[in-house]
Amino acid sequence: MTVMLQAEAVHKRFGRLEVLKGIDLSVDRGQVMCILGPSGSGKSTFLRCINHLEKINAGRLSVDGELIGYRESGGKLYELREDVVARKRAEIGMVFQHFNLFPHMTALENVTVAPIRVKGVPRGDARLRGQQLLERVGLADKLDTYPVALSGGQQQRVAIARALAMEPKLMLFDEPTSALDPELVGDVLDAMRQLARDGMTMIVVTHEMGFAREVADQVVFMDEGVVVESGPPAEVLGSPRHERTRSFLSKVL
Amino acid sequence: METSELTEARTGRPEEIEAVPVRRPGRWIAAAIVLVIAASLVRSVITNSSFQWHVVGQYLFDHRILSGVVKTLELTVLSMVIGILIGILMAVMRQSPNPIVSGASWLYIWFFRGTPLYVQLLFWGFFGALYKTIDLGIPFGPSFIHLNTNATITFFVAGLLGFGLNEGAYMAEIVRAGIISVDEGQTEAAASLGMGRLQIMRLIVLPQAMRVILPPTGNETISMLKNTSLAVAVGGSLFELLTQAQHIYDATYQTIPLLIVACLWYLAMTSVAYVGQYFLERRYGRGFSRAGTASMRERWFTFGSRQQ
Repeated sequence: MTVMLQAEAVHKRFGRLEVLKGIDLSVDRGQVMCILGPSGSGKSTFLRCINHLEKINAGRLSVDGELIGYRESGGKLYELREDVVARKRAEIGMVFQHFNLFPHMTALENVTVAPIRVKGVPRGDARLRGQQLLERVGLADKLDTYPVALSGGQQQRVAIARALAMEPKLMLFDEPTSALDPELVGDVLDAMRQLARDGMTMIVVTHEMGFAREVADQVVFMDEGVVVESGPPAEVLGSPRHERTRSFLSKVL
Repeated sequence: METSELTEARTGRPEEIEAVPVRRPGRWIAAAIVLVIAASLVRSVITNSSFQWHVVGQYLFDHRILSGVVKTLELTVLSMVIGILIGILMAVMRQSPNPIVSGASWLYIWFFRGTPLYVQLLFWGFFGALYKTIDLGIPFGPSFIHLNTNATITFFVAGLLGFGLNEGAYMAEIVRAGIISVDEGQTEAAASLGMGRLQIMRLIVLPQAMRVILPPTGNETISMLKNTSLAVAVGGSLFELLTQAQHIYDATYQTIPLLIVACLWYLAMTSVAYVGQYFLERRYGRGFSRAGTASMRERWFTFGSRQQ
């Protein structure tokens, strides 16, 4: 099994505020990692560092064996050009808490714009593939609907299809169900479950303990910029070793 | 669903509400007052012989007036195109991480907004006195194209430069307002899909910014239509609408009717601009409201109805 994500002593500061204080984690290809933790623990920031939406200040972060944002040669780091960073980002899908669908495009256009404009996929092929993806997340009848006329759950599933359209090797989910009405959470989690079964490598920041327990291969509990504990869901969620984990879980469960 | 079925089973569907509407006498009184004032104004304008309406009719479609209308339209459209292009360029430059680039944009806006349009037009008129020739080539090096300024910068070109460059500064701020109105999440989502900075701007940010950019741009277009009457400042006639009207009344002394002719045409042109703006706003409003905005007709039909 090959390593998809490797984080070694990752540090991130915003001004003088240290948000990540040395994160060591690794995710194997095809695995699902769920990151839990209170707000402000740095879990979203860590996710954003993985596709270089944020630059890390120290440590090493690599995806599929390649450093994020830099090239290392002769013991020195060289910043990558903007277009190279963009090309690498295209290989990592991201789903946001607030969906961030493009409101001026229909569901299908949201899904096809990046394959057409970034990858140069012919329009017809992209549309066909986009239709398949929207069908897969249960939105075959919403192809020409604008996001404003979709429910939150439907919007998030379009967002998942949009990310998948780029055929990423790694998918990042930043609290994908936190902004949804409770009754709409299930459809989004089902889509994610399906994705995990299909063998997608996923890193999911979430508060959905049921999902973590059922789908995750690895659960990570973060607090104040450090990994407090990590392991299989049964261990971390079932019999946490740290007091901090126990008190967090007792509040959310 | 179940509860409503139960209620229906027990009582049947209740009657549709047919209440007596509230009387709104204030609304009718206000409308009457406005109509009376309007009618007396119209009457005075029609009956006052000094307006010389027959002269207005005589010159309304005079070929000199019509060619003035065409010139005004040309000047407005070309100046707005120049202004909008400069505006987009300056707004995007303002957002650049490069301080020299964003500084240059700031300086441009500072200068062209900070000096009167009329003075700028005067300057373009005197441009030939400032620079006898225009040389295009490598800065501080050899030049390849020599142009005689007076032959190149005709009054019309001077007018375009004056209006277009000035407009660019205002459009830059309008476009910038549009750009910053678009949620940052849009840029992040586009970046996470692998789009580059210019692609994000062109495909994601600007189309959404249009919604905010359009109404003030309509304003600018209407201002421009009328400001073209300042064009004489470049030192020679551009034969736009107002100048043409002036040429006629300079000869005939029928000042008032010819000014009315000019006003009627300015009103006609701005009205056309309204229609254009309406359709553009509808085009770029797509995806921003579930129901779409109420059409003009719908709004008129709800006057005096109880839903208001």
